[in-house]
Amino acid sequence: MILEYIKQPWPWYVSGPLIALVMYLLLKQGKDFGMSNNLRTMCTILGAGKSSSFFRFDWKTQSWNLLVVLGTAIGGFIAHNFLSDGSAAQINAESIADLKQLGIVGQLQGYLPESIFIFNGSWFQFLILSIGGLLIGFGTRYAGGCSSGHAISGLSNFQLPSLIAVIGFFLGGIIMVHFLFPLIFA
Amino acid sequence: MKAIKFILIGILFGIILYKSEAASWYRIYEMFQFRSFHMYGMIGTALATAIILVQIIKRKQVKDSNGMPIAFLDKDKSVTRYLAGGTIFGLGWALTGACPGPMFALIGSGYWTLGIVLLFAILGTWIYGVLRNKLPH
Repeated sequence: MILEYIKQPWPWYVSGPLIALVMYLLLKQGKDFGMSNNLRTMCTILGAGKSSSFFRFDWKTQSWNLLVVLGTAIGGFIAHNFLSDGSAAQINAESIADLKQLGIVGQLQGYLPESIFIFNGSWFQFLILSIGGLLIGFGTRYAGGCSSGHAISGLSNFQLPSLIAVIGFFLGGIIMVHFLFPLIFA
Repeated sequence: MKAIKFILIGILFGIILYKSEAASWYRIYEMFQFRSFHMYGMIGTALATAIILVQIIKRKQVKDSNGMPIAFLDKDKSVTRYLAGGTIFGLGWALTGACPGPMFALIGSGYWTLGIVLLFAILGTWIYGVLRNKLPH
């Protein structure tokens, strides 16, 4: 019974407070809620300290955060395989029509459009995935945080810098979706 | 034992990100088109709850599990780095539909191509670290 309920997509008013709970649980462990710090830690583990002092710190002090993202991946596995009915997100009809017109989707399936994320060996896909990754990794560290660190942690502590960063997130997102998508996927 | 706690918190986070559809590329797309309330409702209720929790922690001087006071550091004052960095991040977020949390949840759910995004996100952070002293902050 309850599993049937959990298997449906969760409404926003359930998910939102639960994300705040994750932040609280980390604060209670004496840690901050911010996922992008892991990218910096991974650089350090890979030896980036040789090229910049930015990466010279004892990564073991950040190993707790690596455990959190390890858990996040396990959580994604559990949710996908055991807590999901496999339905695609019910997004609005106008957005679906736009995606069809751009040739990004034929039929809405799963969580991601297959034309981009089911690899078919094309350079086009590889460029989207790699450039997207570069922008995320560079931008989040330049801004000093991502959706978790700024939009939740920072804003909940009334940090003006986080508000500026979130305005930037939306500026970038709007530019990409409204102006660059028609060029990229034309 | 502490390690298990962090993994469990991560598992909870991963399940929430997946089940909330925040990990869905389509949800991020319609969010940046301002055509659906779903993501705004979610971020809004997350933020409202987080504000209340932070206020409780500050007023009741809640301690962490080691008995230390929970401290909140102010972020450095600036505009350039937050606006420029934020915009660059937003471009990547909209293109791949994944920010650094959902990225891991999606890899776990079996979308291995997000591993390419992750590798290049690590490289992007590396490039930032190398160029940091030349960038306006």
